[in-house]
Amino acid sequence: MAVKFRAGQQLVSAVDSTAVIIIRAPAGECTLTCGGVVMAAPGEAAPARQAPGAAPDPSMLGGTQIGKRYVDQADTIQVLCTKAGSGTLALDGEPLLIQAAKPLPASD
Amino acid sequence: MRLTLLLDMAADGFGDRVLAGHRSGHRSGGITAAELASRSHSGAALVRERGADALVYLDANGPAFPVALFAAARAGVPLVPLNYRLGQRQLDALLARHPKALGIAGPGALAHFERAGLDAMTADAWLEQTRAGSTEAGSTEAGRGEASDAGQGDEGDEAGEENPVAVVIYTSGTTSEPKGVLLRHENLVSYVLGSVEFASAGETEAALVSVPPYHIAAVANVITNLYAGRRTLVLEAFAPGEWLRTVREEEVTSAMVVPTMLARIIESGEDLSVPSLRSLSYGGAPMPAALIERALREWAGVDFVNAYGLTETSSTVALLGPGDHRAALASGDQAARARLSSVGRPLPGIELEIRGPGGENLGAGQAGRICVRGAQVSAEYAGLGRAVDDRGFFDTRDDGYLDADGYLFVGGRADDTIIRGAENIAPAEIEDVLLRHPAVLDAVVFGVPDQEWGQRIEAAVVPRPDTDFDLAELRDFTMRALRSSKTPDRFWLLDALPRTETGKLLRRMVPGLIARDER
Repeated sequence: MAVKFRAGQQLVSAVDSTAVIIIRAPAGECTLTCGGVVMAAPGEAAPARQAPGAAPDPSMLGGTQIGKRYVDQADTIQVLCTKAGSGTLALDGEPLLIQAAKPLPASD
Repeated sequence: MRLTLLLDMAADGFGDRVLAGHRSGHRSGGITAAELASRSHSGAALVRERGADALVYLDANGPAFPVALFAAARAGVPLVPLNYRLGQRQLDALLARHPKALGIAGPGALAHFERAGLDAMTADAWLEQTRAGSTEAGSTEAGRGEASDAGQGDEGDEAGEENPVAVVIYTSGTTSEPKGVLLRHENLVSYVLGSVEFASAGETEAALVSVPPYHIAAVANVITNLYAGRRTLVLEAFAPGEWLRTVREEEVTSAMVVPTMLARIIESGEDLSVPSLRSLSYGGAPMPAALIERALREWAGVDFVNAYGLTETSSTVALLGPGDHRAALASGDQAARARLSSVGRPLPGIELEIRGPGGENLGAGQAGRICVRGAQVSAEYAGLGRAVDDRGFFDTRDDGYLDADGYLFVGGRADDTIIRGAENIAPAEIEDVLLRHPAVLDAVVFGVPDQEWGQRIEAAVVPRPDTDFDLAELRDFTMRALRSSKTPDRFWLLDALPRTETGKLLRRMVPGLIARDER
C-alpha cells in the first residue's frame, strides 16, 4: 500500500515493537515496511497486529536500534527509530541502512 | 512530535542513567531517565487536576526544572520560566498574563503567586509530589506511565492540539514591554534531532549549566543533554570559584558559559585547573577576541565551541567548532586568525541569508541583516503571531556577513548600530579594540545625538583595578587600531557596566548612567 509520507509522521510496526518517525519524506508515494509488513500510524496499528496473516517475513528480521537513523540507498527517505524491535525496515522492499552519525559538538 | 517522545526514548534506551544532579552513590542521588519519565506523568496529572493551562517556574535552576519542563510537555501546557530576580511590578505584570497557571516557587517566591491569586507550590513540594510512590493523587499516574508503552497508548496524556507551545520565554524587555517568545514542541524537537545524536554521550560525561532557567540555553541544555544521555549539573548562582570547584569535584566534562562568566573565571585569580573538562561552549553575547585567545591558551586541551542563536530560534543556529578555534589560534595569517571572532557555519537544518536594506540577498563579504529559516525557528510571539517573511525567513535583527567559506560574522544588534555621517558603525568592533587594552576591564560604545554628524561615538570604560589608567594613552591605542572616524569622540569612566545576569550589555542604560554622573 503505497502512501505519501510527511516529515514528523510517526509509524509503528504491525509485527514487532519498532516505532519510527519520518525525518525526511520521499517525494512520491512509497511503501514502508517493518518485518516485511506495512507500517501504520500508532492508532491504526493495533487491529493490524491481531489481523490474521500479519506475520513477519523471516528474511526481514534484522532488528532495529533505538536512536539510529535509517536511510535507503538512494537517500530519498530518512527515519529515526524511536523504539527498537526485531524487524528490518524496508522501503518498497529494499532494506534501509543505518546512517553513520555526523556528530556536532555540544553547544548548550 | 512532542518533547516527551525524546524523554520516552531516553527512558527506553538508557533508563537507569542519571540525567540530572549528582552521580549515583552521592548522598543526594540524581534523577534517572526512567525517573524523569515517571515524574513527568505525575507532574502532568497535578497540572490537570488543578485545571492549569500553564506551569510557571519561578526559582533558580535545579532538579525541579527538568521535571517541570517535561510535566508541562506531557500535559500539553507551556512551561513559563520567569526571572525570579525581577521586581515585584514586573513579575506581577508577567504573572497577570497567565491567570490560570500553576506556579512552582523557589524560596520566598510563593508570595508572588499569592499576590497574583495563582495556585502554587514550592519546588520542594513539587519534587516530593512527583516522586514515584508519593501519596499525592499524581502517583497513580506515575505508575501508569511506567507500566504503559512509552509514548503510546496513554491517551489521557498529550491530548489536544497537535503542536502546542512547549515553552514561553520572555524577552528581557529593556526598551519595551517584554515579549513572550513561543517555542512549540516541533521547534524544540527539530532542534534536538538536527543537532544531537541519540545516546552519544559516554556514561561518565557531565555537563555544567550556569545560565538561569528563563534563558533559552538552559531549556535547550535540558533536552539536548537528555537526548545525548549526558548528566547535567546546575550552579544555582554563578560564582567563578564555585564553578571551578564544581568542575573539578564533579568531574564535569562539558560546560556552557556566557562571555562575562568566562571573563570572571579567567580573571578570578583562583586555581584554573580543570582536568576533566573536554568541551566548553560559549554564546549569548559577543565574545571579546582578547578573552577567548587567553582562554584558549589557558586551557589548551579543551575543545571550544562558539554558538550563535536566539531565543526565537530554539538556541543555536550556527557554531564554530574546536578545530576552527585551534586553526585560528595557530595561524599567523590575519584572515585565518579573524575566524576566532566568527560564530562559524549554520547548522545542517538552518538556511541562512544575509539581506540588504531592500530585502535583497547579499553575497560573501557584504554586511547586512542575518535572516534564518528552519524547523527549529519559532519566530513566534504571544499575541503577535509569527514574524517571518513570505518565504518563511525570520529577521534576527542582528547585522553580519558570511565570508567566502560560509563562516558567519555577527556585527551586533541592528538597533545598536551607530550612524556617524553616512557611515554605519558597529559598536562591537570598537569595543573589541578597547577590550584588548590591558588596563580596560569592560567597555561599551554607543551613539550620542550630534548636530554635525547625526550621531557621534562615545565610549564608557571600566578601568582594571590596580592598573595605571591613562585616558590619553587609551585614545592613542584606539586611534592606532581603528580609523579616526571610528575612534570615540569622548571617553567616560564607570565602575561597572549595566549587564543582564547572562552578560548581555544593557547598552541603552549607559547614557543614563553617564548623565547621572555629570550632575
